[in-house]
Amino acid sequence: MRYLPLTSSDRQLMLDKIGVRHVDDLFRDVPADDLNPDIDLPRRKTEMEVERYLSKMAAKNIAAGSVPFFVGGGAYKHHVPATVDHMIQRGEFLTAYTPYQPEIAQGTLQYIFEFQTQVAQLTGMDVANASMYDGSTATAEAVMMARRVTRKKRAVVAGGLHPHYRAVVETTTQFTDDEIIALQAQPADAAAELQAVIDSIDETTSCVVVQNPTITGHVLDLRPLAEAAHAQKALLIVVVTEVVSLGLVMSPGEMGADIVVGEGQSIGNGLNFGGPYVGLFATNQKYVRQMPGRLCGETVDADGKRGFVLTLSTREQHIRREKATSNICTNSSLCSLAFTVHMTLLGEKGLREVAKVNHHKAQQLKAAMAAIERVEVLNDTFFNEITIRLPKDATVVVEGLAAKGILAGIPMARLTPNAGMDDLLIMAATETVTEDDIEALAAALKELVQ
Amino acid sequence: MSMNNQGRPTSATGSSTSDQFETFSGHKGLRLAEPLIYEIGSRETTGVDVEDVGDFEMALGGLERTAAIGCAGLSEPDTVRHYTRLSRLNYGIDMGVFPLGSCTMKHNPRLNEKMARLPGIGDIHPLQPQSTVQGALELMNDLSHWLMTLTGMPAVALSPKAGAHGELCGVMAIRSALEARGDAREVILCPESAHGTNPATAAFCGYKVKSIPGKVNGRVDLEALKTALDDTVAAVMITNPNTCGLFENEVKEIAGAVHAAGAFFYCDGANFNAIMGKARPGDLGVDAMHFNLHKTFSTPHGGGGPGSGPVVFSDALKAHVPLPFVMQTAEGALELKEWPEIAEGDDPSMGRLTAFHGQMGMYVRALSYMLSHGGDGLKQASEDAVLNANYIQASLKDVMSLSFEGPCMHEALFDDRFLKDTGVTTLDFAKAMIDEGYHPMTMYFPLVVHGAMLVEPTESESKFNLDQFIGSMRGLAEAAKAGETSRFDGAPYFAPRKRLDETQAARKPVLRYSEAD
Repeated sequence: MRYLPLTSSDRQLMLDKIGVRHVDDLFRDVPADDLNPDIDLPRRKTEMEVERYLSKMAAKNIAAGSVPFFVGGGAYKHHVPATVDHMIQRGEFLTAYTPYQPEIAQGTLQYIFEFQTQVAQLTGMDVANASMYDGSTATAEAVMMARRVTRKKRAVVAGGLHPHYRAVVETTTQFTDDEIIALQAQPADAAAELQAVIDSIDETTSCVVVQNPTITGHVLDLRPLAEAAHAQKALLIVVVTEVVSLGLVMSPGEMGADIVVGEGQSIGNGLNFGGPYVGLFATNQKYVRQMPGRLCGETVDADGKRGFVLTLSTREQHIRREKATSNICTNSSLCSLAFTVHMTLLGEKGLREVAKVNHHKAQQLKAAMAAIERVEVLNDTFFNEITIRLPKDATVVVEGLAAKGILAGIPMARLTPNAGMDDLLIMAATETVTEDDIEALAAALKELVQ
Repeated sequence: MSMNNQGRPTSATGSSTSDQFETFSGHKGLRLAEPLIYEIGSRETTGVDVEDVGDFEMALGGLERTAAIGCAGLSEPDTVRHYTRLSRLNYGIDMGVFPLGSCTMKHNPRLNEKMARLPGIGDIHPLQPQSTVQGALELMNDLSHWLMTLTGMPAVALSPKAGAHGELCGVMAIRSALEARGDAREVILCPESAHGTNPATAAFCGYKVKSIPGKVNGRVDLEALKTALDDTVAAVMITNPNTCGLFENEVKEIAGAVHAAGAFFYCDGANFNAIMGKARPGDLGVDAMHFNLHKTFSTPHGGGGPGSGPVVFSDALKAHVPLPFVMQTAEGALELKEWPEIAEGDDPSMGRLTAFHGQMGMYVRALSYMLSHGGDGLKQASEDAVLNANYIQASLKDVMSLSFEGPCMHEALFDDRFLKDTGVTTLDFAKAMIDEGYHPMTMYFPLVVHGAMLVEPTESESKFNLDQFIGSMRGLAEAAKAGETSRFDGAPYFAPRKRLDETQAARKPVLRYSEAD
């Protein structure tokens, strides 16, 4: 077997050294009746055979890059420079462990420090951690952190939060002290959706959770919400599922956020059918000790040279066990490296430019959709994603367009079944979309809705 | 350009002043010092070319970001150089033996990386129509089949994002099952030797954690466990093979006692690498067990993730698996079940643990690894992992102090008795291993022995590599006993950094770059 270096004679020499006759003598603690069960699994395959087997499965899927593609909803198709994938495949990054031995892990630690800085800058916050699993789990952790900070437990979740994120918050907190008040989505009236959040705040509220841009694409001014939350000593948690928007839209920090969580997939990471992605988590300095997850900090070594270490780990499970701020251990380090390398290539200038192109493409998409009879665009404001109302069931339309080789977006009903939103379709346009793609989509859609 | 021979041939003469002076650049030959991106680049520098779309009216409701963001950019050549230089400050499995106990640092096959990057795998969206991702669902189904077959368990939840997330999934399923039968229980029992994530997870799910003692042979004390078991206990969380590197030989008696008390048996599967094809948790009475695909099934650790933590379940718990999961329709197509079909309050599923379907990128790597080995190869891999650990144990037990006698599983546990009165600590010993060119073993874990050193070689090491490693370890142990403390005091001497001041880092945390510094 190509991954196993021991030869038969090696094995024999080693058994002799150990002083046993057979390898099963080493398994003598396993109940004898249960040792070496019959297991019906295929035998080993050559590298070529494995490649053939998996390629066949892959070929049954339609890759985003092969068709006009407008699917978003928390995962976005962006162009990732070739440099990014090359750098993250260096064995020194790829095959390293969590940097618990900092003298031989400065590479990992320094990029985490750069990552934390970039995330803090993008979100407009003081500090960020070394990453979470993804945006949705980061959101749940933020709700629990707000409970620890405010010592209150009633979290108000805006209707504009990605329904899957809301579900993750509800699932994750079902056995904790948190109480989740989830509001209805109002895709056609962003102002009312926001006002409903403000109206739900009272003195028992620990936090309000609001996504910007919302799941249906609206860009919100969160300053009045921040004011309302802070007046009741509640925290404002802002969720950003499309992090490229931060290159064009005022940062959550500037609007008064206390915690910003997000999905970092858009920068540096592919779609990967939903994972692995990279959760972003940022907050203000005064709440650092209530944060979940790993943190990297600057220090010096015995020679006085600058270096980096994991720090404030007395918050974490491997030290605090049942008193930890979270049970998280492994996070998304390699995805955060991809984020950091891509972000370094972009810089502020490149990010602003890419964000602008996204917004421009979305404007073109909006214009093309608005021009189709019986199709209504619901957004006055948006970044790179809009929601349209169709004259028929959006799921049927999406399937029909898929049959024509166009992946048009996400039917709202897939995210919120049985909510009377069957005619809504969420569509994203990133820098990867061409004018031809939009034309093809518009022509095919026109045909389907007429 | 052609080379002439001026100055050649060179010879190995000259004085040996290697570390005796500072260079003007701060670099030392191939040891290159590397500043932060913020010290090299600028807000105006970029390494990408972007389509020029000109000026147009924004539809952002007047919320344009006008204030500076502050992110420094680098050109492409400088970006490549920066991260290449940083990479060279790291140790990875690709460079040498990485005997980090409990972490299973095995070889990461590059075929897995190639497979994960097939456009039909890496470039598909979690919410595109299911008719356009049938191959992806088939892959998930295939992986599920392998995991259930290897464990002899009837159900699996793929979506947990890492081991600790898997534990959360398992314990939430247990609590869901107990609540479904109207049985409020409040305690979870964990052995003293448990991973920190176990008690943290139990607390996360609202349980009180009680510790159960170990026996002198490094296993759970069955009698103490039986005494602690009553109708307030929801579950027992046990790692098997355990964190001392030993198989719980009374595992079936443990399971029997747990079930007799109406509780569930959660198994932390972090150490599954020792028993693939050798024993099935389903045969041993386990109700739920998470895998770490990044340990057992070779997906890269990546400097701290991404991981993937699927959980297998017994019949008693399988109704409570999280959404979404893959199922087959009457027509034979595969379908992701994303929402409960019945009213939410009546649905036994615990709900949704992550925005999408879990770590597809890790599923494909793990499946690629399993297919490569086959059922027969996985069994061989476990046997080799156990053989390698026992070989290390047998080769070091005369100079180091073995914590527990008898064969170990895939990792060998030593403690610091052999360092008594030498002035050398476990930490010093670990740092001296860095100078020997090795990543240290896991130190000070498990907590049940003093100054623990947990050595896990994995099946990826050849006998040659093991013999070299053993030679270094013996050398260090003998040096410590011979009073050569200078080798240990300030170690590591040859790493990119000397020991770092963690106290300063925590006292006044500097968690980001800022220009004022």
